[in-house]
Amino acid sequence: MALSTDESGRLADLLTSRVDRVIQRWTEVVGEQLRGRLSQAELLRQVQELHRALVDALGKGAVDLAAEEATELRAVLAELSRGQARQGFSATETATGVFALKDALLSAMEDDQSTRTLRDYVAFAAMVDQMGLFTFESYVHTREGLIADQAEQLLELSTPVVKLWEGVVAVPLVGTLDSARAQVVMERLLQTLVDTGSPYAIIDITGVPAVDTQVAQHILKTVVAARLMGADCIISGIRPQIAQTIVALGIEFGDIATKASLADALRHVLRLTGVESGRRQSRREA
Amino acid sequence: MERVPILKIGDILLVSIQVDMSDQTAVALQEDLAERIVATGCHGVIIDITALDIVDSFVGRMLSTIASISRVLDAETVVVGMRPAVAITLVELGLSLNGIRTALNVERGMELIAAERDHDRHDEFDDGSDVEPTASP
Repeated sequence: MALSTDESGRLADLLTSRVDRVIQRWTEVVGEQLRGRLSQAELLRQVQELHRALVDALGKGAVDLAAEEATELRAVLAELSRGQARQGFSATETATGVFALKDALLSAMEDDQSTRTLRDYVAFAAMVDQMGLFTFESYVHTREGLIADQAEQLLELSTPVVKLWEGVVAVPLVGTLDSARAQVVMERLLQTLVDTGSPYAIIDITGVPAVDTQVAQHILKTVVAARLMGADCIISGIRPQIAQTIVALGIEFGDIATKASLADALRHVLRLTGVESGRRQSRREA
Repeated sequence: MERVPILKIGDILLVSIQVDMSDQTAVALQEDLAERIVATGCHGVIIDITALDIVDSFVGRMLSTIASISRVLDAETVVVGMRPAVAITLVELGLSLNGIRTALNVERGMELIAAERDHDRHDEFDDGSDVEPTASP
C-alpha cells in the first residue's frame, strides 16, 4: 500500500503548488460536517498544520505513515484527534477531518487529464486512508484513557473506610453498588478491620439510591465475611423507601442489626462495647 | 509427620497453625489438643490461622470438629486471624464455619474467652467461691 518515492514526490508537489485550492476545499468539506462547532479560524489552523506536516513528511521522502520521516505527521494527527476526543467530537467527525483531504485532492487533480492521474489518485487516497485510520485509533485510545481514569477516580472516591471510635470503623457507601465496587468495598473494609483490630463495623447506606436483591446480597456477603473474621457489622442509614423496598422484595437481614441512622448505629455499638453514652455520664455527674 | 505445637498461656491453650494441614496432621492435632485440655484443665482454646492462605472445606471441618471436641471438654474455642481473602473466599463458596466463634486477633480472642468465662461464672456459679480480683463487685 506504500507510495513509491515518485508518487510521494508528486503528491508533495501537488500539495504545494495547489496549496490554496486544497486548503479551501478541505476546510469547506470539514466545516460542512462540523456545522459551526469549530470556529473557522481554528479549523483553518488545524488544516494548515496538517497540510504543512504532510508536505514536510512527503518532502522528506516518506512512503507511508509508519515511515520514520512521518513521525511529526503522526504526532500532529495524534494531537488533533486527542483534542477532538476531549472536546466531545464523535469518531466519525474526527476521521472526516482527514478523509476530506481526498475531496480536496480530487478537486486539485481534476484539471490534469493524463493517464497517470487516476493511478496517482488511488495511491494518494491509500495514504489518506492510513492517516484516517491512525486518527481513529488515536481517538479511541484517548477515549479509553479517559474512561479508565474516570473509573479509577470513581473507585477511589467511593470507598473510604473511616474510624468512628476506638474499635469502630464505618463505611459510608455512596452511589450504586455494582459487583466490582462491592468487591472493592468488601476487601477494603475487611483489610481495615485487620489493620486496626476493630471488632465493629458500621455500613452506612444513606448514599445508596436503590437497594435491590443484588445490592442486598453484596452487603450480606460483606457482613458474613466480617463475621467469619470475628468482627460484627451493623447496617445503618436505611431510608423509609428503602425499608419498604427491602420488605417488598422479601430480603432477610436475619440477625444483622439494622439502624435508621449512623448515630443510632454508633450508640448501639458503644452500648455493646460498654462505653457509656454522654447523656448517662452527665446525669451521673450532676 | 509434622505436629502442630500447642502452647499454654494462663487458662488458655494457643494453637498456631503454620503448616498445610493433611489428614494425619489434623487427626494428631485433635488428639493432642484433647489430651492437653484434660491434662491442663484449660477452659479456652485459641486457634490462630493467620498463616493460612487457603481455608477449604477440609480445614473448615477440622476446625468445627476441634470446636465440638473442646466444647464437650468444657473449653471455649475461638478461631482468630482469618485473612480477608480467606473470609471472602469462604463466603463466595458458601461455606460457613458453623458453631465456631471468631475474633480478629489473638488479643481479641483472649478477651472474648475471658468475657465468656466471666459471664458463665456470674450466671451459674455466682457463689463467690472463685472470685478473681477483676471480677469483684
